[in-house]
Amino acid sequence: MYKYDKYDQAIVDARVEEFRDQAARRIAGALTEDQFKPLRLKNGLYLQLHAYMLRVAIPYGTLDSRQMRMLGHIARKYDRGYGHFTTRQNLQYNWIKLEEAADILADLASVEMHAIQTSGESIRNVSSDQYAGAAADEIADPRPWAELIRQATTFHPEFSYLPRKFKIAVTAAEEDRAAIRLHDIGLKLVRNGAGELGFEVYIGGGMGRTPFVAPLIRPFLPAEHLFSYCEAALRVWNRWARRDNIHKQRIKILVHDLGQEEFTRQVEEEWQAILPNQSDVPMVEFDRIAAYFVDPPFEAGAPDEIDRSDPDFALWVDQNVVAHKAPGYAIVNISLKPIGGIPGDASAEQIELMADLAERYSFDELRVTHAQNIVLPHVRKADLYALWQTLSENGLAEANLDLISDIIACPGLDYCSLANARSIPIAQKLSQRFGDDRQREIGELKLKISGCINACGHHHAGHIGILGVDRKGTENYQLLLGGSGAEDASLGKITGPGFDEDGIVDAVEKATQVYLDRREEGERFLDTYRRVGMEPFKEAIYG
Amino acid sequence: MSMKLLTGNDLRTGEVTWWTGTGWSRFVENAVDVDEHGEAIATEEIGARRVNAAYVIDAVDTPEGPRPAHIKDRIRALGPTVRLDLTLKPADPDAGSWVI
Ligand code: SF4
Repeated sequence: MYKYDKYDQAIVDARVEEFRDQAARRIAGALTEDQFKPLRLKNGLYLQLHAYMLRVAIPYGTLDSRQMRMLGHIARKYDRGYGHFTTRQNLQYNWIKLEEAADILADLASVEMHAIQTSGESIRNVSSDQYAGAAADEIADPRPWAELIRQATTFHPEFSYLPRKFKIAVTAAEEDRAAIRLHDIGLKLVRNGAGELGFEVYIGGGMGRTPFVAPLIRPFLPAEHLFSYCEAALRVWNRWARRDNIHKQRIKILVHDLGQEEFTRQVEEEWQAILPNQSDVPMVEFDRIAAYFVDPPFEAGAPDEIDRSDPDFALWVDQNVVAHKAPGYAIVNISLKPIGGIPGDASAEQIELMADLAERYSFDELRVTHAQNIVLPHVRKADLYALWQTLSENGLAEANLDLISDIIACPGLDYCSLANARSIPIAQKLSQRFGDDRQREIGELKLKISGCINACGHHHAGHIGILGVDRKGTENYQLLLGGSGAEDASLGKITGPGFDEDGIVDAVEKATQVYLDRREEGERFLDTYRRVGMEPFKEAIYG
Repeated sequence: MSMKLLTGNDLRTGEVTWWTGTGWSRFVENAVDVDEHGEAIATEEIGARRVNAAYVIDAVDTPEGPRPAHIKDRIRALGPTVRLDLTLKPADPDAGSWVI
């Protein structure tokens, strides 16, 4: 894991004191809210439906047990005993006091964390594969590249007043677990015919009001030019972005308006123009960063067998445990989706427990997934049973990874001032409806819920997506089918008129029944939908 | 009967507050009809830093007290519907009944 050097620490510490002064001046009346708002947003502090909300950056979803423990401590000391893990691999606190916000940032800084660039028109927390460095199917660890982007763009003056927020994701595996094609820039680490490392560069994806799957802009970018090429793309966007219209400011709109070919031409031209400036991060700096991401000391000859005699444990292993690159090790997914629970929420005690378990069983490392779960990336198979027993005793052993009850849901109208409708109660009802053996019969089905068109709940990318809308002052829910955020990325299509709270749950049930009736051998819900099309689903839902 | 309420957040704590005619309360039951005076009161109270981000909403006067007309403001008044243990009336099992 990356460790701050003295410069990183000095920057973050200075930022805390700067914010302490800004908050004090706001409270004393020296700053108006209009003056203060952009300053607090630069430190991840929003004013939400019930209170201030603080969004803490978890770079590419990776953290150690000391940091995780601090997140639990903050939840208990400054909030109401819990936190919410988000679809950007971050954590949000819902009940923050302005007068304590600088103290929280100081506590975060003491464990090499901050809330910088988690809001505003900046390059946001770079996201990545939650299995990075552990996955059996990756060609290299993508996180050093994510860290390089983070360092090269943090406080970079050229990227401090962008037209709009900007999201970058990096992966290095065939299976896309970071939804790279639904980002402003999606980067996939690949090797060319000569065995050299480089990136497939996708630009112009995104969800929100106008969703797009990013086109491939460059099939192979030599890895050492990652920064200059991103800079070229950002410059083209900065030059042409529709600053006159907030709904048209994202780079996806520019790529769409110019067309893939013309956008690519302009980026390549800009790149050639800036290459002589040598703005790329020197490889010696990359090597310095990469040295922090070497494998932990895996035990040679760790036993590969798992005693599956306890059927509940075996079920959990089959659903939540994933192949690791090292023999005798496994990747463990801790579901934050208990049946009837709030997706992504964890209590201070659960957060601290997961920190303890990471220290004990996973070389001190945890990951936050964009699906709002937690990963222990390096667990000895021989330790799985003991780990599972502790998780079970603490409500953290739901065996539902990628099943219909493993729902992504944004905070929605229960917490978010932009929301049209509540997301969480829909997730709770759905997980209660399907959270028995039925979800296993259905198999992989990614269900995603957003409380408004901003799509923080990734509804466009759900095999089944649900979008909350306001219909004459009451909550209404649209149903979408056929989305995917994976390597087979696609955008869901709306089935037709929306539903009320109970109606949407029934509609999902009808859709799953069509799948069960029509599926062929080996087909997931998404495969059947793609084969048979929308009509049979519409008939069942509205017929 | 329809009415107008003035609501905002406490500057220091962020808590949702309601204008009572003489000051601010966390409980919507204490809110009063501000009629057409909401903007003027908001300007003065914001200036004195007794409230942040204040705005006027529509509400209905009921025998149980003022009820915000829009669901968003009703959720603001009570707390998240999915965490009734965190609402302003955690001991009252019916606390959420008027929100939805
Ligand atoms: S999708 Fe809308 S309701 Fe949900 S968190 Fe984002 S802005 Fe809020």
